[in-house]
Amino acid sequence: MIEIKNLHKKFDDKIALNGINLKIKQGSVLGILGPNGSGKTTLIKSILNIVIPDCGTIKIMGSKTLNNSNYLKNIGYLSQSAEFPQNLKVYQLFELMKSIRSQQNDQKYFIEMFKLNEFLHKKLNSLSGGTKQKINISLAFLFNPQIIILDEPTSGLDPISLIHLKKIIQREKEKGKTILVTSHIMSFIEEISDDILFLLEGSIFFKGKINEVKSKSITKEKSDNFITDFERAIINILKNKND
Amino acid sequence: MIKILSYCFYDITRGYWISIYLSFYLFLGFGLLFLNNDISSAIITLMNIVIYLVPFISLIFGLTYYYSSREFTELLLVQPLKRKTIVLGQFLGVSICLSLSLVFGLSIPFFLVGAYNIENIFDLFVLIVLGCFLTFIFTSISYIISIMNDNKIRGLGYSILIWLFLSVIYDGFLMSFLIYFEQYPLEKISLAFVLLNPIDLARTLMILNLDISALLGYTGALYKIYFGTFNGIIVSSIILFIWLLAPVILMLRIFKKKDF
Repeated sequence: MIEIKNLHKKFDDKIALNGINLKIKQGSVLGILGPNGSGKTTLIKSILNIVIPDCGTIKIMGSKTLNNSNYLKNIGYLSQSAEFPQNLKVYQLFELMKSIRSQQNDQKYFIEMFKLNEFLHKKLNSLSGGTKQKINISLAFLFNPQIIILDEPTSGLDPISLIHLKKIIQREKEKGKTILVTSHIMSFIEEISDDILFLLEGSIFFKGKINEVKSKSITKEKSDNFITDFERAIINILKNKND
Repeated sequence: MIKILSYCFYDITRGYWISIYLSFYLFLGFGLLFLNNDISSAIITLMNIVIYLVPFISLIFGLTYYYSSREFTELLLVQPLKRKTIVLGQFLGVSICLSLSLVFGLSIPFFLVGAYNIENIFDLFVLIVLGCFLTFIFTSISYIISIMNDNKIRGLGYSILIWLFLSVIYDGFLMSFLIYFEQYPLEKISLAFVLLNPIDLARTLMILNLDISALLGYTGALYKIYFGTFNGIIVSSIILFIWLLAPVILMLRIFKKKDF
């Protein structure tokens, strides 16, 4: 479904991606983890062609991404920050997106799920960050895309909306969609992902099942009861790397 | 592209900055016409303001719009749209909004006051067309600056510097150059220098059209000598068209390779 070969990207002197090779199969939820600056967002943006790689190839459902915008019909993307044209109203934004995509959409479902009805005729600049994020999530899933890429989807969401988001992800997973998620909230990643991709300094440090992470790095000591086994495993991976 | 252009147009026309810009021209037009009995001198005064103000506003407005819609541009980039379509749509949306403010802001006072003399209408028409040219040219320059600089403050700094250079410093340099090398034949070189500055070019074109010898200046006089009034207008217009296209082509090339 997604095939990445020898992907490199540098920003000035800083290496953001250093020879990434990756295959993501259809119907899986891949959680992308890593410390700040590890290349998570650059990897996602390279897949979306928002960042142009220095070298390497990316193929989505068999078609190359470079100088090609057609493959984006199959992708829904949720960016880290939700900012829209200030003077447009919510319904106008949905209309614009529908006119650009000209694809079947689930607008009613998302409007009901996130209770966006009361905001439809309000200007986007008058909405709270959380409501903007709900609109952003709705836009990412709106056109029933085969691949869904979520960059920090939990930011600004209230607990109920977070539950809705998890339900949506579960629903899409059951439909056989491929989902890529980045988040700093490890419990969220643990809950929704099938596989984990751990990036460090622009390279793949680990790729595998969540259980593999836990079994590889788990220690007997459990002095801190506030963190889960998965979080402890990730911390241990980082500690071992620094040692 | 039309979809992007129309959303951009709608978004800008709902904002209050564009209304302020339009009101300024309305106020200026009415003020000058009421203060001046002579419509031709009102047009000359307007020209002196438009030639300097339009590039400045276009640079700042284009820059501000690009930076404020950056995240939304990112959202558009992940839709099945070509990069060229997105940036051209946004650029045209901004330029058309600014140009329409200029068109309505300058023409409404003249028609309401009753300046129906054919000659005056033609002069006003030339002024508006030149203002629109400058709007498109400097909006595309502002897009180039903002695409190349992610830092807003730096982008703003470059914009102000470019405006200062082209509207004030350039003429100073040209003058110093001509005085310093006055013993050499510099006519053709100084003509070429004028062509390199769209503000000078627009001003020369307007003055040639108004046929006011006192305002022609050295380079304007050279234009008249070398090309004659009619040929001078044709040559300047062609160069202005080149000025219109070159930054747009450069903008498209830079945007194609831009990382977000």
